[in-house]
Amino acid sequence: MLDADFFRRWMTVTAASVDREAERLTALDSPIGDADHGSNLHRGFTAVTAALEKEAPGTPGGVLTLAGRQLISTVGGASGPLYGTLLRRTGKALGDAAEVSAEQLAEALRAGVDAVMTLGGAAPGDKTMIDALVPAVDALGDSFATARTAAEEGAVATTPLQARKGRASYLGERSIGHQDPGATSAALLVAGLAEAAGE
Amino acid sequence: MKMLINVPETVVADALRGLAAAHPELTVDVENRVIVRRDAPVAGKVGLVSGGGSGHEPLHGGFVGPGMLSAACPGEVFTSPVPDQMLRAAAAVDSGAGVLFIVKNYTGDVLNFDMAAELAEDEGIQVAKVLVNDDVAVTDSLYTAGRRGTGATLFVEKIAGAAADEGMPLERVEAIARQVNENSRSFGVALSACSTPAKGSPTFDLPPGELELGIGIHGEPGRERRAMMTSGEIAEVAVEAVVEDLRPRNPVLVLVNGMGATPLLELYGFNAEVHRVLAARGVPVARVLVGNYVTSLDMAGASLTLCQVDEEMLRLWDAPVKTPGLRWGV
Repeated sequence: MLDADFFRRWMTVTAASVDREAERLTALDSPIGDADHGSNLHRGFTAVTAALEKEAPGTPGGVLTLAGRQLISTVGGASGPLYGTLLRRTGKALGDAAEVSAEQLAEALRAGVDAVMTLGGAAPGDKTMIDALVPAVDALGDSFATARTAAEEGAVATTPLQARKGRASYLGERSIGHQDPGATSAALLVAGLAEAAGE
Repeated sequence: MKMLINVPETVVADALRGLAAAHPELTVDVENRVIVRRDAPVAGKVGLVSGGGSGHEPLHGGFVGPGMLSAACPGEVFTSPVPDQMLRAAAAVDSGAGVLFIVKNYTGDVLNFDMAAELAEDEGIQVAKVLVNDDVAVTDSLYTAGRRGTGATLFVEKIAGAAADEGMPLERVEAIARQVNENSRSFGVALSACSTPAKGSPTFDLPPGELELGIGIHGEPGRERRAMMTSGEIAEVAVEAVVEDLRPRNPVLVLVNGMGATPLLELYGFNAEVHRVLAARGVPVARVLVGNYVTSLDMAGASLTLCQVDEEMLRLWDAPVKTPGLRWGV
């Protein structure tokens, strides 16, 4: 069973990996975006860890809704509302249980990813964070490590795609040949889950 | 790339402190990132709130004041502001007559303003939204994020601002803002990429002797790269792109807008070429604005925006305005 500590750890290790990878995310965002994805997410996850320390929510759902609210209030751009909605909706779906099973988390994450697709209007294959998140959620039934691999492969697989949503879509065919920065950061979030579980 | 900054992390806050020092007629909340006209809320009048990423100055903060915006929310550089800022701005300018959000069509801006509108309505503030999407370089289809909001934002903010100033109700101000957007089209070219403070180097690589056609205002590359052209040749491409899409039957407002690093000497020369091409196509010009208004940091290049106007729109365009970036009739 996964308790609030596990979810706090998930956010903390994700914040650390966003910190480590910020420059790479910004570099990926240069040729097909506006060169700020790393710094924006870094600002957001720094606020998440600070808020979790201060408020110390006692349930998995409480941790994720607080984290989501922080991202919405600090990141801006499209990634703020999208990542914020992902965590908030996942948190809401977990309710106020003190502990949840991996199956419950998988189900809640699916609700979160659905909410992101509704909000942003993106579908799989549009070269967005969805291309990492959907395969990850599909693989969560096996293990967190399998989900991590699926997310990473999903992110890499965005390279040959033409972007149909977000700022990269303005480039038309010129967006082909670049890995999507949003799918790459989504893979970091999923990898954080595996790391928090010690997988 | 050398920049006149302290550290990248504080560029927005530093600029807001400077704006406050230069313009005591504005209330600048540096911590919460909201710029409000000092006399807000103005009794009985609709409040106009806009915002977007920083790096486009004077847009939007430089357009706050009588006759234009009531408040602006600057985000990080090229990053839309967050809903908390917009909610704070809406609460500060709502006199009870409602608030119009003017939103450039970028995924981030749209999502954050949508969230803010819901929050504002929860607090009893009546909110209407108008999207600005004038950039003809983007194919508007199901398979893109839609046309970008660029130079027409200035026309929407000015004309809707005048409408609000005259005391028109929210639905009328919203309708006029929509009318301005629907009658506006833009096309931009870049001679060099821009450098964001966070990255410190150009966002894309543009070799000497080449230019980008159909650029946006966030340092993203354009749709097409060509060998460098003369001002006259660029004017022909830009006017054709805009006029073919707009097909104006009435006189137009012309905005010849610098992207940030192109001297006025070149912009006025470009304006002469734009006028030559417009005259050859038989498009009558009502008013002209030349300068740096909707910029993209230190990008070199220009954009052309045309807005087809009727008598009411022209009267509202001519109405007095008193903001840091646009000022006449007062």
